[in-house]
Amino acid sequence: MANVPEKLHYSKDHEWVRVEGETGTVGITDHAQHALGDVVYVELPKVGDKFEAHEAFGSVESVKAVSELFSPVSGVVTEVNESLQDEPEKVNTDPYGEAWMIRIRVGSAGEVDGLLSSAEYEDYLKAETE
Amino acid sequence: MKSHTPKATPHVTQNEALIFERSHPGRTGYSLPPLDVDETPLDELVPVEFRRDDGLEGLPEVSETDVVRHFTRISTWNYSVDLGMYPLGSCTMKYNSRLNEKVARIGGFANLHPLASDTDAQGALELLYELQEHLAEITGLPGVSLQPAAGAHGEMTGIMIVRHFLDARDGQAEKGAPRRDVMLIPDSAHGTNPASANLSGFKVKTVKSTPEGLTDLDVLRALCAEGDIAGLMLTNPNTLGLFERNIKEICGIIHDAGGLVYMDGANMNALVGVARPGDMGVDVIHLNLHKTFSTPHGGGGPGSGPCCCTKELEPFLPTPRVVKNGGGEGDTYKLDFDRPQTIGRVKAFHGNFGMAVRALSYILTHGRDGLREATEAAVLNARYIAEGLKDDYDKPFDSPPMHEVVFTDKRQARKGVHTLDIAKRLIDYGFHPMTIYFPLIVGGAMLIEPTESVGRAEIDQFIYAMKQIAREAQEDSDYVLNAPHTTRIGRLDEAAAARKPVLRWKPQEQASAA
Repeated sequence: MANVPEKLHYSKDHEWVRVEGETGTVGITDHAQHALGDVVYVELPKVGDKFEAHEAFGSVESVKAVSELFSPVSGVVTEVNESLQDEPEKVNTDPYGEAWMIRIRVGSAGEVDGLLSSAEYEDYLKAETE
Repeated sequence: MKSHTPKATPHVTQNEALIFERSHPGRTGYSLPPLDVDETPLDELVPVEFRRDDGLEGLPEVSETDVVRHFTRISTWNYSVDLGMYPLGSCTMKYNSRLNEKVARIGGFANLHPLASDTDAQGALELLYELQEHLAEITGLPGVSLQPAAGAHGEMTGIMIVRHFLDARDGQAEKGAPRRDVMLIPDSAHGTNPASANLSGFKVKTVKSTPEGLTDLDVLRALCAEGDIAGLMLTNPNTLGLFERNIKEICGIIHDAGGLVYMDGANMNALVGVARPGDMGVDVIHLNLHKTFSTPHGGGGPGSGPCCCTKELEPFLPTPRVVKNGGGEGDTYKLDFDRPQTIGRVKAFHGNFGMAVRALSYILTHGRDGLREATEAAVLNARYIAEGLKDDYDKPFDSPPMHEVVFTDKRQARKGVHTLDIAKRLIDYGFHPMTIYFPLIVGGAMLIEPTESVGRAEIDQFIYAMKQIAREAQEDSDYVLNAPHTTRIGRLDEAAAARKPVLRWKPQEQASAA
């Protein structure tokens, strides 16, 4: 069963966001990395790029396919995890930690309300795999 | 006592060293006579700053026989349609007949200079014109250009035509007013569709598929209501192998929204001689001669991706067009450059002419009935596989497939065996694997397209192999997980190859120091 930490917010596109103050840290879930298989390349945006919620902000390439990354919240990118350029395998080994992808100044505090809690995301995964 | 008989060279079935590893210092493949003129100083010929100074280190020093034997050996390792079934879904790997090759080698076609005048190239122009006429009849779309070099190129040509047509119709080209810029693409589409639309300046919106695997009409209507619709890019049958039975309604919705319908013709092998995109309401389509019309596909190419369109779009086709002049003394053919609304030339000369020769040969040897029969056999073969494997593999869509069928690894995954493992194990049974992990909307997809080129016996062998693998997955999953077992090299580490690619050979000491 996929690891789904509490206190994160989840999207149905299998991204997570951790909100601290104005900043949201975004990555993909354990379920997503497992479904993708070995990740070989991560394409991320530039600092200053602006995204709407559910807009594609980059892509992740595994040995199977290239998949788009969707931002769970709107906002402006303040930081990008450059280390994934050289070590894309971190996405498989530590999706909620070292493999965070972008930090984003979140458009409005209420935005995470539309996302799933860890319990809701677990139910969503269950329904999806049945 | 065990005796060792060292062989001078390995048997051809064994692995082969790299050409670099065959190198011996000082060995050459030539022998030059003594110089009988004055030697020109090298500095006069190549200035020193343009010369490398490492003595060509690392280049193999080999004899002619070394080269010939090395490449002949590895040439026998290829898998090809000449060796057996090649069931790559969405690729239509059908047999390339020897007759087509013979016709393409006729001197008058093979040696004709591409800059020969129209009067000196009447036969070649007639051939191009004839092929255009046949493709127009097959698609129900009268405007044809043979220029595009392959599928994605034909796609882009079609999309550029849509752009030019809309600008001309809406009168926005001159005024600089906002243009219709939304291209709708189903989530089951080939990856080249969004790429072509994006390259041509369109904004892509995705149309979700229904649980039955077809275009969702409600979603389509909702997206059209958002406005700015330039068109829809649709593959039919779609990449799930399913015929979009609402195609007329789909075209109607797009036309009512002011857009055009582009059809990706990659899957035309399910329709030729049976149904015509032009009759369904499609405005523009590309064909893959290297799929549907049996010209070589893959490394053997080159490809050819003709673009066919309605009468309304014809003025926008690439120039020059090949046209016929009906005359008193028989027909003559010429290149027509005078098309003011054209999108322009998309390929040097006349596209990949040799492929046009092969495709016309294919069409004429089959005839109308033969083409229809080929289509029926292609669909029958896919349905036979669908039926034969449905008890062993999860088949996500109930409806009978057209020319290709999609299964998933859902049942085998419970034992830890996934699509990649099944594909690798299939190699041990002597088959080229099917397309895997495409279409993307089906988890663990295996897309199988047998084409009409295989007979019942070979399909039965394929079904047998797949059934065996399903059984192995249940009884001895490790054996499948470690496949292939019968190849020169076993399972490759694809992730390591992608993450840390070794792109060229290096001498041993360099490699170990790195």
